[in-house]
Amino acid sequence: MEQSIWLALLSTGVVAGTPILFAALGEILTERAGILNLGVEGMMLVGAVTGFMVTMSTHNQWMGLLMAIVAGGLMALIHAFLSITLRANQVVSGLALTIFGTGLSGFLGKDLIGVPLTDTFKPIPIAGLSEIPWIGDILFKHDALVYISYGLIFILWFFLYRTKTGLELRAVGENPAAADAAGINVFAIRYACVIAGGMLAGAAGAYLSLAYAPSWLENMTAGRGWIAVALVIFGTWNPLRAFLGSFFFGTIDVMGFTMQTIGIQIPSFFLKMLPYIFTIAVLIVVTRETKTRRVASPEALSIPYNREER
Amino acid sequence: MVEMINITKRFPGILANDRVSFSVKAGEIHALLGENGAGKSTLMSILTGLYRPDEGEIRIQGNPVDLQSPRDAVAHGIGMVHQHFKLVKPFTVAENIILGLKGIKEVYNLKSIDESVAQLSREYGLHIQPDSPIWQLSVGEQQRAEIVKILFRGAEILILDEPTAVLTPQEAKDLYKTLRKMADLGKAIIVISHKLSEVLAHTDAITVLRGGRSVGTVRTKETSEMELTRMMVGRPVMLETVKNPVNRSSKVLELHNLSALGNRGQFALKEINLDIYGGEIVGIAGVAGNGQRELAEVVAGLRAIERGQKKVDGNDLTLASPKQMIQAGVSYVPEDRLGTGLVPNLNAMENYLLKGVQKMPSGFINWKQVAQETAEVIKKYDIKVPNPKNPVKMLSGGNLQKLLLGREISGKPRLIVTMYPMRGLDVGAMETIRSLLLQERDRGAAVLLISEELEELFALSDRLAVLHGGEVMGVVDPHKTTFEDVGLMMAGKRMAAHG
Amino acid sequence: MGNGSFSRWHFEKRETTSNLVLVMVPVLSVVIGLIFTGLFIALTGKDPLEVYLLMFDGAFGSAYGISETIVKSIPLLICALGLSIAFRMQLWNIGAEGQLYMGAFGATWAALTFPDWPAYQLLPAMMVAGFLAGGLWGLLPAIPRAYFKVNETITTLLMNYIAILWVDYLVVGPWKDPKSFNFPISPQFTEGAILPTLGTSRIHMGLVFGVVVALLLYIVLNYTRWGFEIRVSGESPAAARYAGMNYVKNILLVMFISGGLAGLAGMTEVSAITQRLQHGISPGYGYSAIIIAWLARLHPAAIVLVSVIFGGMLVGGYSIQTSGFSSTTVSMLQGAILFFVVGGEIFVNYRLVRGEKGGK
Repeated sequence: MEQSIWLALLSTGVVAGTPILFAALGEILTERAGILNLGVEGMMLVGAVTGFMVTMSTHNQWMGLLMAIVAGGLMALIHAFLSITLRANQVVSGLALTIFGTGLSGFLGKDLIGVPLTDTFKPIPIAGLSEIPWIGDILFKHDALVYISYGLIFILWFFLYRTKTGLELRAVGENPAAADAAGINVFAIRYACVIAGGMLAGAAGAYLSLAYAPSWLENMTAGRGWIAVALVIFGTWNPLRAFLGSFFFGTIDVMGFTMQTIGIQIPSFFLKMLPYIFTIAVLIVVTRETKTRRVASPEALSIPYNREER
Repeated sequence: MVEMINITKRFPGILANDRVSFSVKAGEIHALLGENGAGKSTLMSILTGLYRPDEGEIRIQGNPVDLQSPRDAVAHGIGMVHQHFKLVKPFTVAENIILGLKGIKEVYNLKSIDESVAQLSREYGLHIQPDSPIWQLSVGEQQRAEIVKILFRGAEILILDEPTAVLTPQEAKDLYKTLRKMADLGKAIIVISHKLSEVLAHTDAITVLRGGRSVGTVRTKETSEMELTRMMVGRPVMLETVKNPVNRSSKVLELHNLSALGNRGQFALKEINLDIYGGEIVGIAGVAGNGQRELAEVVAGLRAIERGQKKVDGNDLTLASPKQMIQAGVSYVPEDRLGTGLVPNLNAMENYLLKGVQKMPSGFINWKQVAQETAEVIKKYDIKVPNPKNPVKMLSGGNLQKLLLGREISGKPRLIVTMYPMRGLDVGAMETIRSLLLQERDRGAAVLLISEELEELFALSDRLAVLHGGEVMGVVDPHKTTFEDVGLMMAGKRMAAHG
Repeated sequence: MGNGSFSRWHFEKRETTSNLVLVMVPVLSVVIGLIFTGLFIALTGKDPLEVYLLMFDGAFGSAYGISETIVKSIPLLICALGLSIAFRMQLWNIGAEGQLYMGAFGATWAALTFPDWPAYQLLPAMMVAGFLAGGLWGLLPAIPRAYFKVNETITTLLMNYIAILWVDYLVVGPWKDPKSFNFPISPQFTEGAILPTLGTSRIHMGLVFGVVVALLLYIVLNYTRWGFEIRVSGESPAAARYAGMNYVKNILLVMFISGGLAGLAGMTEVSAITQRLQHGISPGYGYSAIIIAWLARLHPAAIVLVSVIFGGMLVGGYSIQTSGFSSTTVSMLQGAILFFVVGGEIFVNYRLVRGEKGGK
């Protein structure tokens, strides 16, 4: 009995961590190229509402996901233009994106609040793998998007650390002047990474509205976009460590329910605070750590690049 | 091999290059000589495709070319080693070399690249470990990595911007040996420099730029230091600094067995013992990155002292804050003038107030008085400030330094710490700064002068301490020492103190 | 730029920036923001102009509208003034929303603990408690920022959620009004806890606080040593340390004051408007204040003006809800305006030039 509760906790932890994971992977890509995008929350919300709307009208959740990805990419394009071409302050531009995205998603989703959705992503246990004790229950009894996120972790890791384009991308984030002198198109790479990051944030939002919830609520991300940004630091800009982080935060997120089922009496408000408190605590610990070890943030992060002004 | 014909390049408000012509043959080491701001860097940025000329033509092996981007320049066999290396610090040497290189597979094999890098570096006698990350390398090694990087791209024309600025005299000699070897293998080599002696000793031809124009090209064998100076500056220059005999008073600064950490947590200063007296200039020689910045910061109170003791005028100030150091009469002219010494977006008045504000007794600022004092300093040191209400980032390097030094000496300090005070200045501003430092010395202040220019240190210092690896290799009398001895100390050889 | 496809148009550094540019960038940002948002409104089949007119009429078209606009602009003004100090030091405090809630909590504590005090005692007590609570909430993330460089943007933002959950807990838990029939509200404040208002309108004394704070801020920033230190620290932390200023202490102090002012805004809201603590006391004042501070280029007098415009936007937002728009339309509009402000910032230091430099 006890054991099944813990299994359920860890298993739902994976699911709850998935939207954070998608968003964090996108932000890793963005920050690796030297751009800080604090608009994750806004991009996720727009992705969530777009995915929901499109799925409602097409009855195809994959179409919904696709359009959420497109919407996230378009939102990120605004940030890319502001921060790369107009060299705007990236903190403020990202904030603007979050505020705008919150407003836009509320505007678009006004009539969708509480509407039930039938075409959602449903769990598909993987034959064989799901029978492995413990691991099968925790990792392999989920919906298709969870499996896609597993694949993405490795693809992104391989891309960043084992391919020529990945090397160029990291060079752009560390030292754009050096990359530029080496003939790498800093602007193109930055644009591509910011947009790809937004697409993943859009997918993260769609996961909330099409698989996790599945429904639309104003502000349904509830700070998950910000947690994803914190997770990038926690994961030291490495996709593999981001997975551990998202799993950890996902588990904390759902722990409230588990504690209630096993009869611990804590007001639900405090349980809801847990992910935020943990994120802040972890952020402090990790930031202190990164100062002593040599895993600092990409050196050019959030500094606009201007060729004629070095 | 390369010809640049009538190149003109304008920036807002400046004519950086004015119909400059310049050509280099294969097998030749050609120096581009000129003061700071003469247009050398702009000209080379045009040749490397970073800027595009407004007028003029570039020919490579006789054919006109249009260099639209650095990529184009590389394709035409042009490679440049910038003064500030264009290396990605967390990457290895080999990773830096393949960055942006054509013909590398998307999923590359780093091992085989390491091998070909090692082979190429052996060919030219450039010792380098392909798999070490850049941040672990010394400055000299990083420079070799840069040279291998451009050779790997098949460069036939190599441009080096002030390549010896960061090297010891011995390392500089080795570098020129390597360059000669490359020239003998048929490469064309361009060295940008402002050091006369070095250019005279190691190059084949010299083109002098002044105020954005080319003054002329001479064969090195057929010219002299006097002639080159006249070409560079446009008038004969007093090369010797006239100095009053030293008149030492009491000990102002005492550093006793002092150790401090660098930014990466390693010991950047180890057991430093150094005293400076009032009325003398003590020079600090050394290759950049051997503890100079840490030393200056420790004295200014900006860096914590791990072990040992610091005293000013006999008072123990080991634990003093920057504010307390200022109050003790310690002035500091930092390396980073615009950003640390001065605030770029504030105006001259506000920058003048930067340190004085601590002395405002009431906590309120009397702007009228500040304006008056600023105007006095501007007038006294002949600082060209078109509008005192404009941000100081609009000022030229020389005027910035005069404003900074003018502010620092306005309170009649006991000790002045200056880091690279003449770097990047034109000859006129340099002369002003020199005479100001000597005036302060004659007034009785102690001066700690950190520099990478040996000529400057020998001319100004009364005593000269050499830093290597965060340790003092010795304190010598510059009148009784040679460049070579100091060079050996900069490379880590200890000398008995005399002086 | 000189980079392939961008080479025909490029930015060229300005020698000097005229005041006209400094004013035009924010003004045009608002106009273009309106047009941009109008496109989305048009997508729903409504006439954007009509919607905007409706908003304007709601906010400024009647005495009631104007008084409501001013009422809404009070918390915006006080929060934005607080944020402007932090932003000047490049401290990205985006936690004004949470700091406002904590201020409301502090003020409510005073009001519920000393219900019998007369106004001249209780109101100052509530102000102090609100300022302290908001200030401490701002100070908390400032400590790791000052000592370990922990990103304050993320921490201040996440602390908003915690503060809001804390207030929600109080009004359904320990401070729940026994007579509230399960509504999430605290008991109503006693008379001494309520700020005086102007005549019969809802405009309250908070307006005076806001204007006084703006005035004080202007004097402090321009004529005092501490204000000068804040400006230097914001422009260049290295120069601040070099000049003997205590950078760490200033971070803590600035974040405390920034949070404290947001807390004061929370106090005015519970004291004058809701007259009790309840769920959802702020419709995002703390977030709008970020945009106001930025749009006003952190200038105290401009913040007063922009706050009134944004107060009007909020009131206008309510009046278009009746024609089927979400209240979040206003935050979409505000976000869009902020896009154009940050994007337009480049025109302060550069101008757009065609051709010339790009090629021959």
